[in-house]
Amino acid sequence: MSELYVERSRKVAYRRLGAEIIIMSASDSMLFSLNEVASVIWEAADGATPLSAIVRDEVCEQFEIGIEQAQHDAEEFARSLAEAGILLVSERPRVPSDSPAEKTA
Amino acid sequence: MSLIETILQRAQSLHVPLSVHFDLTYRCNERCEHCYLDHRDLGELRTERVKEILTDLAEAGVFFLTLSGGEPFLRQDLFEILEHGRSLNFNIKLKTNAVLISPSEAARLRDLFVERVQVSVYSVRAEIHDGITKVRGSLDRTIEGIRALRAARVAVSIANVLMSSNASDFDGVRRLAQELGAQYTLDPTVTPMMDGDASILEHRADADTLRKIFRNPAIVGNVEEFCAPPAAVDDDILDGFSCSAGHTACYISPYGDVFPCVQFPMTCGNLRDRTFREIWDKSPQFAELRSIHARDLHGCSSCGHLGSCSRCPGLAYLEGDMRGPSTADCEKSFLRTGVEVPGLRSRINAPMQGKLVQIQV
Repeated sequence: MSELYVERSRKVAYRRLGAEIIIMSASDSMLFSLNEVASVIWEAADGATPLSAIVRDEVCEQFEIGIEQAQHDAEEFARSLAEAGILLVSERPRVPSDSPAEKTA
Repeated sequence: MSLIETILQRAQSLHVPLSVHFDLTYRCNERCEHCYLDHRDLGELRTERVKEILTDLAEAGVFFLTLSGGEPFLRQDLFEILEHGRSLNFNIKLKTNAVLISPSEAARLRDLFVERVQVSVYSVRAEIHDGITKVRGSLDRTIEGIRALRAARVAVSIANVLMSSNASDFDGVRRLAQELGAQYTLDPTVTPMMDGDASILEHRADADTLRKIFRNPAIVGNVEEFCAPPAAVDDDILDGFSCSAGHTACYISPYGDVFPCVQFPMTCGNLRDRTFREIWDKSPQFAELRSIHARDLHGCSSCGHLGSCSRCPGLAYLEGDMRGPSTADCEKSFLRTGVEVPGLRSRINAPMQGKLVQIQV
């Protein structure tokens, strides 16, 4: 199975509120609240770090969860946020030269 | 409980200022008859200081940032400030009259992912709108600005202040909002000028107009629900607060003054000599405001409307007692429900006291 890379959309505003992250999309003013584990993934979603590394180095380091379960949950989480348009998911790491411009409208 | 209510509750328990309204200037290119501001520049914060303050606000946990004025597009550094704000991941709403928004400005706002632009429109009749703004051609230019924003797919809210001079025009503005794909809000709030001059209160819509508005389903939705008699007051209501001012929200003036709200001119500190965090955490004024629960309110705590009244502590402060009632809201509660408000009649003609700095437009 290929590696996944996740990156926060430029369209969103977000802020840490205690242990959780709140996000609002400028596209449709939808508000999201991420739980503690999802918030860790969100903050590490730089488009350059593989999701598997985020799960191994951040999620499994900070929470008592098996790596397989964590990886499965992280991929599901990433896909659901991608569907909502607030997270970009790719099979390639982001590099400045090939970073696709996000549609602004 | 909705997600936003849950978030507000969490912010309050964590003592986080989730929302800040920051007026970047009081200068304006219109002279609206109901405006409370002194439009001279008495020493606005410079660009670098504004950016430092935004950085401090982000560190304090501010998420919802409203940038307004005056007319914010009169600041040459507006886009520099917006760019900095977006780099700090704020959710930004901009309040403007849109007169200076061309397709080029609209595209820049779109590319910065400003969440929403709020534009004031008073009427679709130029003689009424331009009569209120005192600028001939302002309605046409405002609508042009809104069209540019919508063409760039920037979300727009049209804010319609309801006054005596435009009391019969709100339906036209509401339809204009529909046509332009904009949200619509109607606000009957008019408050005294910042120097304490209450003469502009004569522009307030009268009781009959408000009574009709409160029974218009196109404006309030479910009329029966909106105008329902107040529910019984219980301990949850008595332990609650009037609004988020000073709890999860505050206001910053172009001169760095920090108030609980745009409508609540109680100075809690100035950002020229103290950090935002110091003021938010340590201001005695904020501490006093936060200590006031509904059960401590003079008159209101025994009023049957307590649970559903839109009581504004800022307007109460301007009437001389931030623990007291705000008469305009007492009146609205009465007009909305038909249920008498104790002592309202004796207060309704009493003069306002103190100085007001801003109202919501």
